Amino acid sequence: MIPELGHIALIIAFCLAVALAVIPAWGAARRNVSAMNLAPTLAVSVTLFVSIAFSILATSFLQNDFSVAVVAANSNSLLPPIFKFSAVWGNHEGSLLLWVLILSGWMTAIAFFSRGLPLIMVARVLSVMGFIAVGFLAFSLLTSNPFERLLPNTPLDGNDLNPLLQDLGLIIHPPLLYMGYVGLSVPFAFAIAALLGGRLDASWARWSRPWTNVAWGFLSLGIMLGSWWAYYELGWGGWWFWDPVENASFMPWLMGTALVHSLAATEKRGVFRSWTVLLAIFAFSLSLLGTFLVRSGVLTSVHAFAADPERGLFILIFLALVVGGSLLLYAVRAPSVASRVSYTAVSRESLLMVNNLVFTVATVVVLMGTLFPLVMDAFSLGKYSVGPPYFNAVFVPLMALVMPFMTMGPLSRWREDTARRWLHELIVPGLAVVLLAALLGTFNAEGFNVWIALAVLLSGWVSLGVLRDLWRRVASGDGRLRWHRLNASFLGMTTAHLGFAAVVLGAVFVTQLNEERDLRMAVGDIETLGGYRFELVEIGQSQGPNYATDFAVFDVTEAGQRIALLVPEKRRYIASGQIMTEAAIDASLWRDVYIALGEPIGDDAWAVRLQYKPMVRWLWLGALMIGLGALVTIFDRRYRTQAARSELPTAGAVGVAG
Amino acid sequence: MLRAERFLPLLAFALLAGLLYKGLSIDPTALPAARLGQPFPPFLQKELISGDELTEQALLPGPALVNVWATWCYSCRVEHPFLLGLAERGVAIFGLNYKDDSVKARDWLVQLGNPYRLNIVDEDGALGLDLGVYGAPETYVIDEAGRIVHRHVGVLDASVFARDFQRWFPTDWVADGVSSAGEQR
Repeated sequence: MIPELGHIALIIAFCLAVALAVIPAWGAARRNVSAMNLAPTLAVSVTLFVSIAFSILATSFLQNDFSVAVVAANSNSLLPPIFKFSAVWGNHEGSLLLWVLILSGWMTAIAFFSRGLPLIMVARVLSVMGFIAVGFLAFSLLTSNPFERLLPNTPLDGNDLNPLLQDLGLIIHPPLLYMGYVGLSVPFAFAIAALLGGRLDASWARWSRPWTNVAWGFLSLGIMLGSWWAYYELGWGGWWFWDPVENASFMPWLMGTALVHSLAATEKRGVFRSWTVLLAIFAFSLSLLGTFLVRSGVLTSVHAFAADPERGLFILIFLALVVGGSLLLYAVRAPSVASRVSYTAVSRESLLMVNNLVFTVATVVVLMGTLFPLVMDAFSLGKYSVGPPYFNAVFVPLMALVMPFMTMGPLSRWREDTARRWLHELIVPGLAVVLLAALLGTFNAEGFNVWIALAVLLSGWVSLGVLRDLWRRVASGDGRLRWHRLNASFLGMTTAHLGFAAVVLGAVFVTQLNEERDLRMAVGDIETLGGYRFELVEIGQSQGPNYATDFAVFDVTEAGQRIALLVPEKRRYIASGQIMTEAAIDASLWRDVYIALGEPIGDDAWAVRLQYKPMVRWLWLGALMIGLGALVTIFDRRYRTQAARSELPTAGAVGVAG
Repeated sequence: MLRAERFLPLLAFALLAGLLYKGLSIDPTALPAARLGQPFPPFLQKELISGDELTEQALLPGPALVNVWATWCYSCRVEHPFLLGLAERGVAIFGLNYKDDSVKARDWLVQLGNPYRLNIVDEDGALGLDLGVYGAPETYVIDEAGRIVHRHVGVLDASVFARDFQRWFPTDWVADGVSSAGEQR
């Protein structure tokens, strides 16, 4: 009975979402204040009923109700409770419900934090998001009902959660990623609302900026966690695979990166107005496209949910409606008068333009690589798989291209700057990094490494430029430091840019200096790698809550000093019979030592993979800085004084609206 | 005032949507065209229950289904009642017990019923490798001469059978019997 209540809650949420999509939008078109005023209430009600449905599904998982099909397929009575909870989104149906829950969460946030905005804007924004909610709720109800029962043939026990997903990282990775994915619907809704109202000025950019930063920050954190999880859980020691599903989350991030920067230019200077609107539409369209690619089965991937063409068709139709509709709206309503704001080639605007171009091109090349196998298949030209060589060859140069400009951007003045001033600001940091790069490139174990030299050069250039800018802002003539001059926006930007430099350093160092060996080892065997001595001291077996495990104990020493006692495992999950490799990692800022067990190969010996991975942590540390930097920007004081600057009637003062 | 270049993003998207629509009708896991019409790979494996040695000759004469299954595979449990229904209607089904524990597999057949004429034991997955198996369940159609003429990845049910499998089997009994077998679950 309880699961049916969940189903009913979901149906009620759907009806409320339809009302949200229609009534406030109609009110906005007719200037009907009471219809527009319904928007926040409806948004909160949708959230309430989606939350009820979600809680009921979670309860079914926690109570081992195997009469519910998704519970039977993705849980097991032996599964630890925390994984029973995360199993809710470890499958197509439940993760879709999480998607809708997060979407409604964003709607509620807008309803609460947009009291300073004109009522008509709030009504339109929430209506657009309501429309998106209608699509996804219908998708859930019609093709992927999470409350479907297995009656009367209820299994005695469940099939267990995929062991790959029985992991702490996977508990938080999907919610964070969806926060970002779905959060991009907010700038999208603002852009559509601005197009509908014909007011494509700086104000919509100012309103949507904090939301965009937060969504993009969450997306960065979600991608970071995914990469980290793949590193320690898949047993390969790889951190990015250019897998179609990774690309599906990476493309909205790339487009979002362009959007975050373009919004700055539109807000501050009123330039790139068409660009920014298009970027907002594209960023969310790409997250819808990602949903399509992951759930329709058109591409093969380790991450993909079960293929179902019917679901694919549903999302495709919805995608066509949302993206097609908004691009049509753009074609008709985009600002027809070129902006009169002028700027010169040497200015912050042109640098932001470079950023827009590079990240848009990067998105396009990743999209092309991702869809190429599908294109070839569609025209019967054979089955292909585009691998890392393509992506690395096109993507790495693009990032190298944008980095020199990253340093100049924050230092530059709006509208007009001079090359002489750039030179004055950057000559010292510039010379310093060239020297550093030459030294570091030369003095490493393998002789001159051009990639390392380049990475140090570019990352050093970005970091020193950022620090130079920081110094310029806090230093004053009398020798005292004025930290209070720094606002949250600047601190966030600085953190994110330093984080980007750290990611680049980590990526290049670990790719260039990684050492690994696949070995046959038995108890007592000793091997060395990367200056460390590995002794296999014990092999044994033990039991986990829902798995049996073979483990090996390695004593890792350096110059006689014990570094770590590492215990890699090979687990066999009882319910599914799946075998999982649990790598053992000794992590530190400068290097990781990574051991994974392969197969037993007779005479008590095991195939073992030893890896030494320099600076691999910098990747995730950098990505963490990017994400947190973006999140910090919402504490900027400017965003809290929106009400005072707005000339239109606001949602907080509806009485005067007419 | 409409300007042509503003429609470019819409146009680009329309092309993309067309491609994605075409993509939906393609199965990326479909049997590569080169395998179609090839004889079933030769093998020498044990039978699950009798323990006899089997070769590819045991599958003749077709048409018959070769169903890849395992006790660790949840979808196989879902598919099982439908296979029983098919067997009852006289369709020859051979099992390929894939990367499984033979003791568990025999228990499974005792508990859930046995739709298979014979079961090929493929404990290490070597035959599955020759056949190009992605995972369980998978179902292959072999014709009179023992050639592979169709492959289905995933659960076999009444709608899939009616769409893709019926042409190799006489149609008179399929119309009522099979669809009711599929609705049991």
